[in-house]
Amino acid sequence: MPHCNNQYELMNLINKLSFALDDTRLFLDTHPDNQEALEYFERTMHLRNRAVNDYTAKYGPVNQYVLNTSQGYNWNSCPLPWNGGI
Amino acid sequence: MWSYEKRLQYPVNIKKPNAKYAQIIISQYGGPDGEMGASMRYLSQKFAMPDNRVAGLLNDIGTEELGHLEIVGALVHQLTRGIDVAEVKSSGFDKYFVDHTLGIWPQAAGGVPFNACEFQSKGDPITDMIEDMAAEQKARTTYDNILRLIDDPDVRDVIKFLRTREIVHFQRFGEGLRLIQDNLNSKNFYACNPAFDNGCGR
Repeated sequence: MPHCNNQYELMNLINKLSFALDDTRLFLDTHPDNQEALEYFERTMHLRNRAVNDYTAKYGPVNQYVLNTSQGYNWNSCPLPWNGGI
Repeated sequence: MWSYEKRLQYPVNIKKPNAKYAQIIISQYGGPDGEMGASMRYLSQKFAMPDNRVAGLLNDIGTEELGHLEIVGALVHQLTRGIDVAEVKSSGFDKYFVDHTLGIWPQAAGGVPFNACEFQSKGDPITDMIEDMAAEQKARTTYDNILRLIDDPDVRDVIKFLRTREIVHFQRFGEGLRLIQDNLNSKNFYACNPAFDNGCGR
């Protein structure tokens, strides 16, 4: 399981950016005309996309639709999230 | 359709197993105000919700609740990981263990199995929104009670995260209720079903 222990920092960033989007999405559901929230979503989304692409290229997949197949089939390598994996 | 992300919404890394705590926390997996009921409630109610914004809100909060179900399952799993039979007996986990070993199964802390009657999907937008607001507060109370019973800071940290989400969801559902009511005539919207009765609340 290469790289399984040196990727926590990047996943931590992905978790934080994802949570910011999760929370803002709910706000936008009930405030669809709030321009400030929409701009915040846009900025955060770009940061998150960059972090996820970086993670997928270096360590392995985050989303089940986006695998880096040059690493082989690595969807289930490294500990799984509920087992303390990330 | 859902797409799995290979991460928890909030990380769970429990260092000290404690089967007694696991028995308490499993109530938020399959208990009366747990995350299974929450996710199924919102993801079922969305179909008959006429306001697109509120239907979307139900879908998004229901999706987040599935993530919370996974977090609570991870807590129970890690709190029982590696425990031996002596700990199973001394912690009182034996009554769960006999049927499920260390598998995760939806039940309340008192052993009552998960039942769809824990939630409602009434097909009336105002009724459903008010149920959802109550549900979020009931879950918040349960997390408050868990925090009264548990000392481990690694567990408390995760429970505190989940607790704050209940408060945010309550706020958002309150706004959803307002969006629905703003489209109705306030003289009569509690006397009929705006999703079914012709002219109700118009």
